Amino acid sequence: MLRWIRRVAWGSVAVLGFLVLAISAGWFVTDGPLADRPVATGPASLPIGGPFRLIDHRGRAVTEADFRGRPMTVFFGFTQCPDVCPTTLGDMTALIEALGPEADRLHWLFVSVDWERDTPETMAGYLEAYDRRIVGLSGTEAHVAAAARAFRIYYRRVPLKDGGYTMDHSASVFLLDAAGRFAGTIDHQESHAVALEKLRGLLTSQ
Amino acid sequence: MRTLLPGLLAGTLALAAAAHAQPSDITVSLAWTRAVGATAPTAVGYLTLRNRGANPDRLISAETPAARAVEIHEQRREEGVMRMRPLPDGVPVPPGETVTLGPGGTHLMLVGPTRALARGERVPLTLHFERAGQVHVELSVEAAGTRQPAHAGH
Repeated sequence: MLRWIRRVAWGSVAVLGFLVLAISAGWFVTDGPLADRPVATGPASLPIGGPFRLIDHRGRAVTEADFRGRPMTVFFGFTQCPDVCPTTLGDMTALIEALGPEADRLHWLFVSVDWERDTPETMAGYLEAYDRRIVGLSGTEAHVAAAARAFRIYYRRVPLKDGGYTMDHSASVFLLDAAGRFAGTIDHQESHAVALEKLRGLLTSQ
Repeated sequence: MRTLLPGLLAGTLALAAAAHAQPSDITVSLAWTRAVGATAPTAVGYLTLRNRGANPDRLISAETPAARAVEIHEQRREEGVMRMRPLPDGVPVPPGETVTLGPGGTHLMLVGPTRALARGERVPLTLHFERAGQVHVELSVEAAGTRQPAHAGH
Protein backbone atom coordinates (compact mmCIF):
# COMPACT_ATOMS: atom_id res chain seq x y z
CA MET A 1 0.00 0.00 0.00
CA LEU A 2 2.71 2.45 1.09
CA ARG A 3 4.68 1.59 -2.02
CA TRP A 4 1.70 2.49 -4.18
CA ILE A 5 1.25 5.86 -2.45
CA ARG A 6 4.96 6.56 -2.94
CA ARG A 7 4.73 5.68 -6.62
CA VAL A 8 1.71 7.93 -7.17
CA ALA A 9 3.44 10.76 -5.27
CA TRP A 10 6.63 10.52 -7.35
CA GLY A 11 4.55 10.19 -10.47
CA SER A 12 2.74 13.44 -9.64
CA VAL A 13 6.04 15.19 -9.00
CA ALA A 14 7.29 14.03 -12.41
CA VAL A 15 4.15 15.21 -14.20
CA LEU A 16 4.24 18.57 -12.41
CA GLY A 17 7.94 19.01 -13.16
CA PHE A 18 7.35 18.25 -16.82
CA LEU A 19 4.46 20.74 -16.98
CA VAL A 20 6.52 23.51 -15.36
CA LEU A 21 9.38 22.86 -17.79
CA ALA A 22 7.11 22.69 -20.83
CA ILE A 23 5.21 25.86 -19.92
CA SER A 24 8.33 27.91 -19.23
CA ALA A 25 10.02 26.63 -22.40
CA GLY A 26 6.88 27.51 -24.35
CA TRP A 27 6.84 31.00 -22.85
CA PHE A 28 10.52 31.50 -23.69
CA VAL A 29 10.03 30.82 -27.40
CA THR A 30 6.62 32.46 -27.89
CA ASP A 31 6.40 35.51 -25.59
CA GLY A 32 9.73 35.37 -23.71
CA PRO A 33 13.26 36.47 -24.63
CA LEU A 34 13.63 33.83 -27.36
CA ALA A 35 10.46 34.92 -29.17
CA ASP A 36 10.45 36.26 -32.74
CA ARG A 37 9.82 39.94 -33.31
CA PRO A 38 6.04 40.44 -33.18
CA VAL A 39 5.91 42.02 -36.64
CA ALA A 40 5.87 38.90 -38.78
CA THR A 41 2.59 37.01 -38.96
CA GLY A 42 3.89 34.52 -41.50
CA PRO A 43 7.24 32.92 -42.25
CA ALA A 44 9.67 35.59 -43.46
CA SER A 45 10.70 33.36 -46.34
CA LEU A 46 7.28 33.63 -48.04
CA PRO A 47 7.87 34.80 -51.61
CA ILE A 48 5.45 37.74 -51.33
CA GLY A 49 6.43 40.98 -53.01
CA GLY A 50 8.36 40.95 -56.26
CA PRO A 51 9.03 43.02 -59.35
CA PHE A 52 6.28 45.24 -60.76
CA ARG A 53 5.90 48.00 -63.36
CA LEU A 54 3.03 50.39 -62.70
CA ILE A 55 2.02 54.07 -63.00
CA ASP A 56 1.56 56.18 -59.86
CA HIS A 57 -1.41 58.53 -59.37
CA ARG A 58 0.72 61.48 -60.51
CA GLY A 59 1.33 59.72 -63.84
CA ARG A 60 4.93 58.59 -63.23
CA ALA A 61 6.12 55.12 -64.30
CA VAL A 62 7.49 53.26 -61.26
CA THR A 63 8.95 49.84 -60.39
CA GLU A 64 9.59 48.07 -57.10
CA ALA A 65 13.12 49.59 -57.15
CA ASP A 66 11.61 53.06 -56.56
CA PHE A 67 10.30 51.87 -53.19
CA ARG A 68 13.41 50.13 -51.81
CA GLY A 69 15.28 51.60 -48.83
CA ARG A 70 12.17 52.01 -46.71
CA PRO A 71 9.73 49.41 -45.41
CA MET A 72 6.45 49.34 -47.28
CA THR A 73 2.78 48.75 -46.57
CA VAL A 74 0.80 47.73 -49.64
CA PHE A 75 -2.76 46.66 -50.34
CA PHE A 76 -4.79 45.88 -53.44
CA GLY A 77 -8.27 47.27 -54.17
CA PHE A 78 -10.12 49.44 -56.68
CA THR A 79 -11.85 52.81 -56.73
CA GLN A 80 -15.43 51.62 -57.47
CA CYS A 81 -15.28 50.21 -53.96
CA PRO A 82 -17.23 52.43 -51.58
CA ASP A 83 -16.88 50.43 -48.36
CA VAL A 84 -13.88 48.16 -47.80
CA CYS A 85 -11.17 50.12 -49.68
CA PRO A 86 -12.08 53.47 -48.04
CA THR A 87 -12.08 51.68 -44.67
CA THR A 88 -8.55 50.37 -45.31
CA LEU A 89 -7.34 53.73 -46.70
CA GLY A 90 -8.92 55.43 -43.67
CA ASP A 91 -7.14 52.99 -41.35
CA MET A 92 -3.86 53.73 -43.19
CA THR A 93 -4.46 57.47 -42.76
CA ALA A 94 -5.11 56.97 -39.02
CA LEU A 95 -1.89 54.91 -38.71
CA ILE A 96 0.11 57.61 -40.55
CA GLU A 97 -1.27 60.23 -38.14
CA ALA A 98 -0.48 58.04 -35.11
CA LEU A 99 3.10 57.42 -36.30
CA GLY A 100 3.70 61.14 -36.78
CA PRO A 101 7.07 61.96 -38.42
CA GLU A 102 7.98 58.23 -38.33
CA ALA A 103 5.37 57.67 -41.06
CA ASP A 104 7.77 59.29 -43.55
CA ARG A 105 10.14 56.36 -43.05
CA LEU A 106 7.60 54.02 -44.69
CA HIS A 107 6.10 53.75 -48.19
CA TRP A 108 2.30 53.53 -48.30
CA LEU A 109 0.94 51.92 -51.48
CA PHE A 110 -2.56 51.28 -52.81
CA VAL A 111 -2.57 49.15 -56.00
CA SER A 112 -5.68 48.98 -58.19
CA VAL A 113 -6.77 45.64 -59.66
CA ASP A 114 -9.30 47.46 -61.91
CA TRP A 115 -7.02 48.07 -64.92
CA GLU A 116 -9.85 49.30 -67.14
CA ARG A 117 -11.41 52.05 -65.03
CA ASP A 118 -8.62 53.10 -62.71
CA THR A 119 -6.44 55.61 -64.54
CA PRO A 120 -3.89 57.73 -62.65
CA GLU A 121 -6.46 60.59 -62.69
CA THR A 122 -9.16 58.37 -61.16
CA MET A 123 -6.71 57.18 -58.51
CA ALA A 124 -5.73 60.79 -57.71
CA GLY A 125 -9.39 61.79 -57.27
CA TYR A 126 -10.08 58.81 -55.06
CA LEU A 127 -6.99 59.38 -52.87
CA GLU A 128 -7.73 63.08 -52.34
CA ALA A 129 -9.66 62.31 -49.13
CA TYR A 130 -6.72 60.46 -47.50
CA ASP A 131 -3.20 61.18 -46.32
CA ARG A 132 -1.12 62.54 -49.24
CA ARG A 133 1.66 60.02 -48.46
CA ILE A 134 -0.49 57.15 -49.80
CA VAL A 135 0.61 56.43 -53.38
CA GLY A 136 -1.93 54.98 -55.82
CA LEU A 137 -0.61 52.56 -58.45
CA SER A 138 -2.43 51.33 -61.55
CA GLY A 139 -1.43 49.92 -64.89
CA THR A 140 -2.29 47.82 -67.92
CA GLU A 141 -4.07 44.48 -67.56
CA ALA A 142 -0.76 42.59 -67.98
CA HIS A 143 1.17 44.80 -65.55
CA VAL A 144 -1.55 44.59 -62.89
CA ALA A 145 -1.63 40.80 -63.32
CA ALA A 146 2.16 40.63 -62.87
CA ALA A 147 2.02 42.80 -59.71
CA ALA A 148 -0.81 40.68 -58.28
CA ARG A 149 1.21 37.53 -59.00
CA ALA A 150 4.26 39.01 -57.26
CA PHE A 151 2.16 39.62 -54.12
CA ARG A 152 0.18 36.34 -54.35
CA ILE A 153 -2.99 38.41 -54.64
CA TYR A 154 -6.29 36.93 -55.79
CA TYR A 155 -8.55 39.15 -57.87
CA ARG A 156 -11.32 38.54 -60.34
CA ARG A 157 -13.54 40.65 -62.54
CA VAL A 158 -17.21 39.82 -61.87
CA PRO A 159 -19.79 40.87 -64.50
CA LEU A 160 -23.04 42.34 -63.13
CA LYS A 161 -26.56 42.07 -64.58
CA ASP A 162 -26.71 45.78 -65.47
CA GLY A 163 -23.77 45.33 -67.85
CA GLY A 164 -21.20 46.72 -65.45
CA TYR A 165 -18.76 44.76 -63.35
CA THR A 166 -17.21 44.65 -59.91
CA MET A 167 -13.92 43.25 -58.63
CA ASP A 168 -13.30 40.57 -56.00
CA HIS A 169 -9.92 40.96 -54.34
CA SER A 170 -7.77 39.75 -51.43
CA ALA A 171 -8.15 41.91 -48.36
CA SER A 172 -4.78 41.88 -46.61
CA VAL A 173 -2.33 44.72 -46.16
CA PHE A 174 1.21 43.40 -46.77
CA LEU A 175 4.31 44.59 -44.95
CA LEU A 176 7.69 44.49 -46.69
CA ASP A 177 11.03 45.44 -45.16
CA ALA A 178 13.43 48.00 -46.69
CA ALA A 179 14.99 45.29 -48.88
CA GLY A 180 11.59 44.29 -50.24
CA ARG A 181 11.29 41.07 -48.22
CA PHE A 182 7.92 39.96 -46.86
CA ALA A 183 7.59 40.99 -43.20
CA GLY A 184 3.99 40.17 -42.30
CA THR A 185 0.46 41.40 -42.84
CA ILE A 186 -2.10 43.65 -41.21
CA ASP A 187 -5.52 42.08 -41.24
CA HIS A 188 -8.68 44.05 -41.94
CA GLN A 189 -10.12 42.98 -38.60
CA GLU A 190 -7.08 43.74 -36.43
CA SER A 191 -7.23 46.69 -34.05
CA HIS A 192 -5.48 50.02 -34.65
CA ALA A 193 -3.20 49.28 -31.65
CA VAL A 194 -2.05 45.92 -33.07
CA ALA A 195 -1.44 47.44 -36.53
CA LEU A 196 0.54 50.31 -34.98
CA GLU A 197 2.65 47.84 -33.00
CA LYS A 198 3.47 45.91 -36.18
CA LEU A 199 4.52 49.08 -38.03
CA ARG A 200 6.70 50.25 -35.13
CA GLY A 201 8.29 46.78 -35.03
CA LEU A 202 8.94 46.98 -38.76
CA LEU A 203 10.61 50.40 -38.37
CA THR A 204 12.84 49.40 -35.42
CA SER A 205 13.95 46.17 -37.14
CA GLN A 206 15.51 48.20 -39.97
CA MET B 1 -73.66 65.61 -57.09
CA ARG B 2 -73.30 62.58 -59.24
CA THR B 3 -69.73 63.54 -60.09
CA LEU B 4 -68.95 64.90 -56.66
CA LEU B 5 -69.69 61.73 -54.73
CA PRO B 6 -67.24 59.42 -56.52
CA GLY B 7 -64.69 62.24 -56.35
CA LEU B 8 -65.19 62.59 -52.62
CA LEU B 9 -65.00 58.85 -52.18
CA ALA B 10 -61.81 58.66 -54.22
CA GLY B 11 -60.36 61.55 -52.23
CA THR B 12 -61.19 59.92 -48.91
CA LEU B 13 -59.72 56.64 -50.08
CA ALA B 14 -56.54 58.36 -51.23
CA LEU B 15 -56.26 60.14 -47.87
CA ALA B 16 -56.79 56.88 -46.00
CA ALA B 17 -54.17 55.19 -48.16
CA ALA B 18 -51.75 58.04 -47.56
CA ALA B 19 -52.35 57.87 -43.81
CA HIS B 20 -51.79 54.14 -43.93
CA ALA B 21 -48.56 54.56 -45.83
CA GLN B 22 -47.14 56.99 -43.30
CA PRO B 23 -43.50 56.03 -42.73
CA SER B 24 -44.09 55.96 -39.00
CA ASP B 25 -43.36 52.22 -38.84
CA ILE B 26 -39.82 52.73 -40.15
CA THR B 27 -37.38 54.90 -38.27
CA VAL B 28 -33.92 55.70 -39.62
CA SER B 29 -31.02 56.60 -37.36
CA LEU B 30 -27.24 56.84 -37.63
CA ALA B 31 -27.35 57.98 -41.25
CA TRP B 32 -23.79 58.87 -42.22
CA THR B 33 -21.22 58.89 -44.99
CA ARG B 34 -17.50 59.56 -45.37
CA ALA B 35 -15.89 62.63 -46.91
CA VAL B 36 -14.77 62.24 -50.55
CA GLY B 37 -13.06 64.50 -53.08
CA ALA B 38 -14.94 66.11 -55.99
CA THR B 39 -13.71 63.56 -58.54
CA ALA B 40 -14.10 60.42 -56.41
CA PRO B 41 -15.92 57.70 -58.42
CA THR B 42 -17.95 56.53 -55.41
CA ALA B 43 -19.07 57.42 -51.89
CA VAL B 44 -20.86 55.37 -49.27
CA GLY B 45 -24.09 55.55 -47.24
CA TYR B 46 -24.61 53.87 -43.86
CA LEU B 47 -27.90 53.73 -41.93
CA THR B 48 -29.71 51.97 -39.14
CA LEU B 49 -33.30 50.95 -40.01
CA ARG B 50 -35.86 50.02 -37.42
CA ASN B 51 -39.29 48.54 -38.14
CA ARG B 52 -41.66 49.36 -35.26
CA GLY B 53 -44.67 47.98 -37.12
CA ALA B 54 -46.23 44.54 -37.27
CA ASN B 55 -45.57 43.96 -40.97
CA PRO B 56 -42.38 43.13 -42.83
CA ASP B 57 -40.96 45.95 -44.93
CA ARG B 58 -38.08 46.31 -47.35
CA LEU B 59 -35.72 49.06 -48.45
CA ILE B 60 -35.96 48.85 -52.24
CA SER B 61 -34.06 51.88 -53.53
CA ALA B 62 -32.62 55.27 -52.69
CA GLU B 63 -31.62 58.51 -54.38
CA THR B 64 -29.73 61.68 -53.59
CA PRO B 65 -29.01 64.90 -55.51
CA ALA B 66 -25.37 64.42 -54.44
CA ALA B 67 -24.80 61.36 -56.68
CA ARG B 68 -25.75 60.07 -60.14
CA ALA B 69 -27.30 56.92 -58.65
CA VAL B 70 -27.56 54.98 -55.42
CA GLU B 71 -27.13 51.18 -55.31
CA ILE B 72 -27.71 48.77 -52.44
CA HIS B 73 -24.77 46.40 -51.96
CA GLU B 74 -23.78 43.61 -49.68
CA GLN B 75 -20.16 43.06 -48.74
CA ARG B 76 -18.82 39.65 -47.80
CA ARG B 77 -15.40 38.35 -46.88
CA GLU B 78 -14.78 34.75 -47.88
CA GLU B 79 -11.39 33.17 -47.15
CA GLY B 80 -9.63 36.51 -47.18
CA VAL B 81 -11.32 37.69 -50.40
CA MET B 82 -13.61 40.74 -50.42
CA ARG B 83 -16.74 40.32 -52.54
CA MET B 84 -19.25 43.12 -53.13
CA ARG B 85 -22.54 42.37 -54.87
CA PRO B 86 -25.68 44.40 -55.65
CA LEU B 87 -28.81 43.40 -53.71
CA PRO B 88 -31.52 43.53 -56.43
CA ASP B 89 -34.26 42.73 -53.90
CA GLY B 90 -33.13 45.40 -51.45
CA VAL B 91 -32.81 45.03 -47.70
CA PRO B 92 -35.60 43.26 -45.75
CA VAL B 93 -36.58 44.96 -42.48
CA PRO B 94 -38.64 42.40 -40.51
CA PRO B 95 -41.22 43.65 -37.99
CA GLY B 96 -39.76 44.59 -34.63
CA GLU B 97 -36.20 44.35 -35.92
CA THR B 98 -33.30 46.72 -36.40
CA VAL B 99 -31.07 46.38 -39.47
CA THR B 100 -27.74 48.16 -39.65
CA LEU B 101 -26.03 49.12 -42.90
CA GLY B 102 -22.45 49.70 -41.77
CA PRO B 103 -18.75 49.32 -42.66
CA GLY B 104 -17.82 45.83 -43.90
CA GLY B 105 -21.45 44.83 -44.46
CA THR B 106 -24.52 45.90 -46.40
CA HIS B 107 -24.20 49.52 -47.52
CA LEU B 108 -25.42 52.08 -50.02
CA MET B 109 -23.02 52.90 -52.85
CA LEU B 110 -23.35 56.49 -54.05
CA VAL B 111 -22.30 56.13 -57.68
CA GLY B 112 -20.65 59.19 -59.23
CA PRO B 113 -20.87 61.86 -56.52
CA THR B 114 -21.80 65.15 -58.20
CA ARG B 115 -19.57 67.14 -55.85
CA ALA B 116 -17.11 66.77 -52.98
CA LEU B 117 -18.65 65.69 -49.68
CA ALA B 118 -16.98 67.70 -46.94
CA ARG B 119 -16.77 66.67 -43.32
CA GLY B 120 -19.47 68.29 -41.19
CA GLU B 121 -22.03 68.88 -43.97
CA ARG B 122 -25.29 67.00 -44.43
CA VAL B 123 -26.39 65.18 -47.59
CA PRO B 124 -30.11 64.70 -48.30
CA LEU B 125 -31.12 61.13 -49.16
CA THR B 126 -34.54 59.69 -50.05
CA LEU B 127 -35.20 56.06 -49.17
CA HIS B 128 -37.99 54.05 -50.81
CA PHE B 129 -39.61 51.29 -48.79
CA GLU B 130 -42.05 48.68 -50.05
CA ARG B 131 -44.68 49.54 -47.40
CA ALA B 132 -43.54 52.73 -45.71
CA GLY B 133 -42.99 54.54 -49.01
CA GLN B 134 -40.61 57.48 -49.09
CA VAL B 135 -38.49 58.38 -46.09
CA HIS B 136 -36.29 61.47 -46.23
CA VAL B 137 -33.09 61.45 -44.23
CA GLU B 138 -29.80 63.35 -44.12
CA LEU B 139 -26.41 61.67 -44.12
CA SER B 140 -23.94 63.42 -41.86
CA VAL B 141 -20.51 63.58 -43.52
CA GLU B 142 -17.78 62.20 -41.26
CA ALA B 143 -13.99 62.27 -41.83
CA ALA B 144 -12.67 59.95 -44.56
CA GLY B 145 -11.11 57.51 -42.07
CA THR B 146 -14.14 57.14 -39.78
CA ARG B 147 -15.00 53.58 -38.73
CA GLN B 148 -17.84 54.64 -36.42
CA PRO B 149 -19.52 58.05 -36.47
CA ALA B 150 -18.75 60.34 -33.50
CA HIS B 151 -22.42 60.56 -32.52
CA ALA B 152 -22.79 56.77 -32.44
CA GLY B 153 -24.20 56.94 -28.91
CA HIS B 154 -27.25 58.93 -30.00
